[in-house]
Amino acid sequence: MAKTHVTMKVNGAEVEGLVEPRTLLVHFIRENLGMTGTHIGCETTHCGACTVDIDGMSVKSCTMFAVQAQGSDITTIEGMANADGTLSALQEGFRMMHGLQCGFCTPGMIMRAHRLLKENASPSEQEIRMGISGNICRCTGYQNIVKAIQYASAKINGVEFREAAE
Amino acid sequence: MNDMTPTREQREAALEGMGCKRKRVEDIRFTQGKGNYVDDVKLPGMLHGDFVRSPHPHARVKKIDDSEALKVPGVLAVITAETLKTVNLAWMPTLAGDVQMVLADGKVLFQNQEVAFVVATDRYAADDGINKVVVEYEPLPPLVDPFKSMDQDAPVLREDLAGKTSGAHGPRKHHNHIFEWTVGDKELTDAAFNKAEVKIKEMISYHRTHPSPLETCQCVCSFDKIKGELTIYGTFQAPHVIRTVVALIAKLPEQKIHVIAPDIGGGFGNKVGAYPGYICAAVASIVTGKPVKWVEDRIENLTATSFARDYHMTTEIAATKEGKVTGLRVHVLADHGAFDACADPSKWPAGFFNIVTGSYDFPTAHLAVDGVYTNKAPGGVAYRCSFRVTEAAYCIERAMDILAQKLNMDPAELRLKNFIKTEQFPYHSALGWEYDSGDYHTAMRKMMETTGYAALRKEQAEKRAAFARGETREIMGLGVSFFTEIVGAGPSKNCDILGIAMFDSCEIRLHPTGAGIARMGTKSQGQGHETTWAQIIATEIGIPADNIMVEEGNTDTAPYGLGTYGSRSTPVAGAAIAMAARKIKAKAQMIAAYKLEVHEDDLEFDIDGFRVKGLPEKFMSMKDICWAAYNSVPPGMEPGLEAVSYYDPPNMTYPFGAYLCVMDIDVDTGVYKIRRFYALDDCGTRINPMIIEGQVHGGLTEAFAIAMGQEIRYDEAGNVVTGSFMDFFMPTAVETPHWETDFTVTPSPHHPIGAKGVGESPNVGGVPAFSNAVNDAFSFLGSTHIQMPHDFWRNWKAAKDLGAVA
Repeated sequence: MAKTHVTMKVNGAEVEGLVEPRTLLVHFIRENLGMTGTHIGCETTHCGACTVDIDGMSVKSCTMFAVQAQGSDITTIEGMANADGTLSALQEGFRMMHGLQCGFCTPGMIMRAHRLLKENASPSEQEIRMGISGNICRCTGYQNIVKAIQYASAKINGVEFREAAE
Repeated sequence: MNDMTPTREQREAALEGMGCKRKRVEDIRFTQGKGNYVDDVKLPGMLHGDFVRSPHPHARVKKIDDSEALKVPGVLAVITAETLKTVNLAWMPTLAGDVQMVLADGKVLFQNQEVAFVVATDRYAADDGINKVVVEYEPLPPLVDPFKSMDQDAPVLREDLAGKTSGAHGPRKHHNHIFEWTVGDKELTDAAFNKAEVKIKEMISYHRTHPSPLETCQCVCSFDKIKGELTIYGTFQAPHVIRTVVALIAKLPEQKIHVIAPDIGGGFGNKVGAYPGYICAAVASIVTGKPVKWVEDRIENLTATSFARDYHMTTEIAATKEGKVTGLRVHVLADHGAFDACADPSKWPAGFFNIVTGSYDFPTAHLAVDGVYTNKAPGGVAYRCSFRVTEAAYCIERAMDILAQKLNMDPAELRLKNFIKTEQFPYHSALGWEYDSGDYHTAMRKMMETTGYAALRKEQAEKRAAFARGETREIMGLGVSFFTEIVGAGPSKNCDILGIAMFDSCEIRLHPTGAGIARMGTKSQGQGHETTWAQIIATEIGIPADNIMVEEGNTDTAPYGLGTYGSRSTPVAGAAIAMAARKIKAKAQMIAAYKLEVHEDDLEFDIDGFRVKGLPEKFMSMKDICWAAYNSVPPGMEPGLEAVSYYDPPNMTYPFGAYLCVMDIDVDTGVYKIRRFYALDDCGTRINPMIIEGQVHGGLTEAFAIAMGQEIRYDEAGNVVTGSFMDFFMPTAVETPHWETDFTVTPSPHHPIGAKGVGESPNVGGVPAFSNAVNDAFSFLGSTHIQMPHDFWRNWKAAKDLGAVA
């Protein structure tokens, strides 16, 4: 099948590649760019493991073609750590609050939470739950994921994080 | 005293040993997308394989034409049963003593069964190839209903078993019958029922569901023709067993097979068995001489790999009119699908279902299980439970509620009246198990006090009165569940897989600098082994957990073990760690005695080293002992500090718990609200409370899904109608309730550190708690039992059938 040349910015770096028009963005990221942090869980836009940030929106990369991302600015989990290599507030939150177990949904969860906090730096628990409802976790449920996002929110806002009482 | 001398507490804290909420070491890589899952494995020249699958649930395969497929650019080979026959791999043995087609051999027996394997240069080309394979089918009548499976005119499903009157587990009664398993004293139980003052009988179904880990099943197989070696990266919960099975069926020397399970994206039992994808990828690699990757998609995972449950349990309890149980009788009709590929230890055709007497002191019980074939996917995995314990717990916990209703007793009171008492442990159940330890009354009372159970019952009575007066359309249910799990498979006297005893193993090697590595026979799928195993070592031998690297999943380096499923890692491998650590500690003590110039009996272990009794200043740290182990051991002693333990536990472990679900249901819409969910777990010694809590949250989330909506459903024509996350209920953060967790600690008396295992408890105990809440809500309208899953529609339907909705 004829291939198309695509260029885009991924985690701040210009990248390019030759893809079939039907190549999914998630495959371009994982196979062509070799960034395997973005995972494939359902291939039907339900589970959110493949969530990346494209031009300021959370997008499930398993149901978008690479050619549709032509010229866009993409952030994946590989672009989430701080510049000095330390964990960002969200990544730290997931670890501190035990917001993951097998880690397969985690990159997608973090990417979605990243955009959520950009849009609303101090979401309520209900807003967080609604905000991550496109991302499924099978191992650890959602309670600690919510806490992880609350932890990050507090850190970003420079306030002390207090765990809600059980 | 010097201010710089660390206190006892500081020294203990520095170790991050057992009981501490140590943050997970795995998370450093997982939160940065640096996990290494199977689909991340990329080998030079790697090809991709994908399956042609049957649209029919039951059909004869007349012809497979691959000529057009082979013309597709990138397609290199199409493998069929005929190809596999040339290497004697058309059929494979199952864990349950049956055989299973790898690729359709003559006919297909369930929808989406594997028919041909297309190998191509990339996954898109493989998919193109699949669409060009032409398969000619002759449809046959499908058999969907297990209750019709043994009808005289039921279609013959397994023609390969024609004329066979006995199977792996005894006689077969019918051409679609797999086994009958009976256990217990029938005569004594019948007698108990004959003189019973009160009896209940109910058909309690536990519907077919699916583990659905977020990462599907997948592998990369690479055969090196020159060395004659096969390397398999795969999503394997039991890598060593996979290697042995491959060696046995592929006739390759076991040492020339390298099985590597890298990071696994959730297992829940789905990744215990062997699937056609593994065999086909290995054969394709041998045929093409290149590495071959097989990655299952979500529809394939849901429709063709191991289902769970599908037990239909006719349950009877005999009791006195005061509510003392006197007998239990259960008959199970078990739908195993097209092949008996259940993941159970060899001796147990229905797993540990005979724990069905639960937490109660039944003087006598009798159990019979009939396994039958249908045109459904094979499997029968222990989905977040220890081999059918979930079904057993659901059965007895529903039945106790039904009995309470009949006796007009409170379900919690009925349970308290019938619990095995603390002084009865070790307790021998009527169906043959020896429960190690338990304190059920304390757990139940703590649950009742913490939740304000009595007040909730009062509120329920008021709401029922208000409903009767027409003042509300909402009904309230209290779901009480008390479960006893049986985990830690297992003792070789009870458990083996294909003849391999179910021990587990640990090898610890400490290096001169006081750091070391522990290698295990288990394989984490998210349970946090890298974190918790090091904590056990830290406490046992006084080396900080951060200084111990834990490695699992590589059969070249790990000692032989039976893997991770059935909550067996902590009860079995956790014990192996403690035993290996104690061997090291014993040698360390000899080295310390030599260096401190005292007799070893004069030394005592003190947190992170050995101290001379009565002379506290004479101390040698474990770190220093490690160094000494490599340069100045006592004369005649071998240098080094390492040990291995293969632990065969003396018994299973029996964690338990008391759960309560408070639910409101709107009868006009069937919409439920889970107001509260309280889970008290007793898993014995707690290694990492943070990880335990996370496991409980996860297990409850899965229990919620199963009880309240999740189901693998087939229509009458044998089509799977729940084949994607569109129609197979996956709870999100929005509908998942808030979990309250609590605990008591009753250590296992036979486990070296007293730990029992917890990962599955919340699923085992959670499902009956939800279901009992729904049933409790409706009971005052006249129902005794409503089948799961309890989604909005079914709740509305129940209300309508009971006359609450016009």
